[in-house]
Amino acid sequence: MPRKEGIYGLLAEFNTPSELVHATEAAQAAGYRRMECYTPYPVEEAATALNFHKNRVPLVCLLGGLMGVTTAFLMQTWIAVWAYPLNIAGRPLFSWPAFIIPAYEWTILFSGLAAGFGMIALNGLPQLYHPLFNAPNFRNGATTDKFFLCLEAADPQFSPSGTRSFLEQFHAVSVVEVDH
Amino acid sequence: MATKVPINDPMIDPRTGEYAVIAPGHNFKSVTQKIAGLVLTSNTPLGWFFGLLVAGGVATLVVISVTWLFLKGVGIWGVTMPGAWGFAIINFVWWIGIGHAGTLISAILLLFKQTWRNSINRFAEAMTIFAVVCAGMFPLIHVGRPWLGYWLFPYPNTMNVWPQWRSPLAWDVFAVSTYATISVVFWYIGMIPDFGTLRDRAQMPLAKYFYGILSLGWRGSTRHWIRYETASLLLAGLSTPLVLSVHTVISFDFAVAALAGWHTTIFPPYFVAGAVYSGFAMVLTLAIPIRKFYHMEDLVTLRHLDNMAKVMLATGSIVAYGYGMEVFMSWYSASHWEFFMMWNRMFGPMWWGYWMLILTNIAIPLTTLWSRKLRVNVGYLFVLSFIVNIGMWFERFVIVVTSLYREYLPSSWGTYVATKWDYMLFIGTWGLFTCLFLLFVRFLPMIPMSEIRMMLPQTKITRRGPDAETVIEETT
Repeated sequence: MPRKEGIYGLLAEFNTPSELVHATEAAQAAGYRRMECYTPYPVEEAATALNFHKNRVPLVCLLGGLMGVTTAFLMQTWIAVWAYPLNIAGRPLFSWPAFIIPAYEWTILFSGLAAGFGMIALNGLPQLYHPLFNAPNFRNGATTDKFFLCLEAADPQFSPSGTRSFLEQFHAVSVVEVDH
Repeated sequence: MATKVPINDPMIDPRTGEYAVIAPGHNFKSVTQKIAGLVLTSNTPLGWFFGLLVAGGVATLVVISVTWLFLKGVGIWGVTMPGAWGFAIINFVWWIGIGHAGTLISAILLLFKQTWRNSINRFAEAMTIFAVVCAGMFPLIHVGRPWLGYWLFPYPNTMNVWPQWRSPLAWDVFAVSTYATISVVFWYIGMIPDFGTLRDRAQMPLAKYFYGILSLGWRGSTRHWIRYETASLLLAGLSTPLVLSVHTVISFDFAVAALAGWHTTIFPPYFVAGAVYSGFAMVLTLAIPIRKFYHMEDLVTLRHLDNMAKVMLATGSIVAYGYGMEVFMSWYSASHWEFFMMWNRMFGPMWWGYWMLILTNIAIPLTTLWSRKLRVNVGYLFVLSFIVNIGMWFERFVIVVTSLYREYLPSSWGTYVATKWDYMLFIGTWGLFTCLFLLFVRFLPMIPMSEIRMMLPQTKITRRGPDAETVIEETT
């Protein structure tokens, strides 16, 4: 990927989650779409303001679970019936009630791994570099006690001066330009 | 800042009359500084080194006894016919049971929206993982030829040999390995945002690097948080049936066998309840010294201790019901094998094991925990947590040994005497567990910072207008 240059976006810093949510709602109302909030803990209202309701983690988890149960059950059936048939106290080779238990465990194993790693993958992590880490105040607060709204330059409405004055009306602690 | 609350002063919330979950006066920055400071400080407390030294010394017993075991074989243990299962399985069940409280706290209490759990969640999960480490060791080393331990797993091999799926021991492999994996994943995922905080607050380059890699580049994006929260809920939803199934499967190791005292349907629920009971006792054993040593009384408050004691009271009562039902069924089944088994437990040569179990698991805790005064008495709870764990160890001892050493044929009766190697290995695992835990409290965030922030009053969003337009007007 070629190295991107220029502005990534404008980053506004807020002291409270309420200010962040109000600014985000206002930015949405003003027609901005390419934006993201950064908070030290999950702020559901910010997600509502961003219109981000659905995510695909549950789907990935479900697929993982289905894969786990099928894999485990078919594997046991194949082993017990064809690959290594054993007569255990005269029980049928296809003694499926016993197979449920490992199948149950692998359902949980696969769906749990799918949920965990699926979440990481859908979030685009690991991503050790991100333009926001260039902002001088971002790392000082985003994971501790400050609330950030970033309006991205990729938005058609974005203009360095217009967007800056738009953001400044929300009592932001600071509005800084973030480079790629 | 509100006035500083003296340590251990009952911090009663005036609205509910309950102890506060977090001491008043904390804000986002103060909780972050407090928790991250413990990890990022360059002044490791001397007591920590001392603890590690002692625990490490005890842990060498594991190394010594396992080395000798591998050289000589399982004959150095007290296991023999008829007592073919001894300390190895007792300790395995005991340790894995201890782990269960961690999952209960991290998963089940999350689903029930018990936010008080947030402060004790992380180290309870750590406790789970280290307990599973100690537990997992026993089945591996007790197989006689531990270098062939991987035969437990189904993998294609030139011998064309596969596991036997109707055996509870094969189920055990799946249950415990899944439990260990999911616990580690849940634990790690929970720590990612905190690793981000540590990365951003670290001063030393090595620490920045270390936590930076572990954080995967976490930046607190709202879209990430929403997926993260979904994944946490899903993992909690998956861990809940998992934790119930793990001890159920372990109880199948016994219940599937046709032996008086083992072959009962009450085993799964009663094993799970016992596991949670001993696990909460272990959380108390760990939480009480830690909150004292690291001055965490404002984050792990009397409310937590009180609530944990209540959970112990509830699960202990289920365990008591289990004991009662075992006695009842041994009479009601009209099977004289069952009747003899129970008589032998109570009045046979190993009567002390049974009465020790009744005393430490039932008589002492279930009479005293009703008192609120005792439930918030830190010293009492600390002592009680040891008593309950001793009791839970005796429970497994009684189940394993007393059913085996006098089974059906009197001509095959014998006894079980543990050897010094049995004791050394068991005591060694305490050292191993403590070592791992001490490393955890030093290098990883022991209380989830992001979850503590969520419980602070500052998180409240104040609405200013019905829609965004008015917001703009008001703010301009």
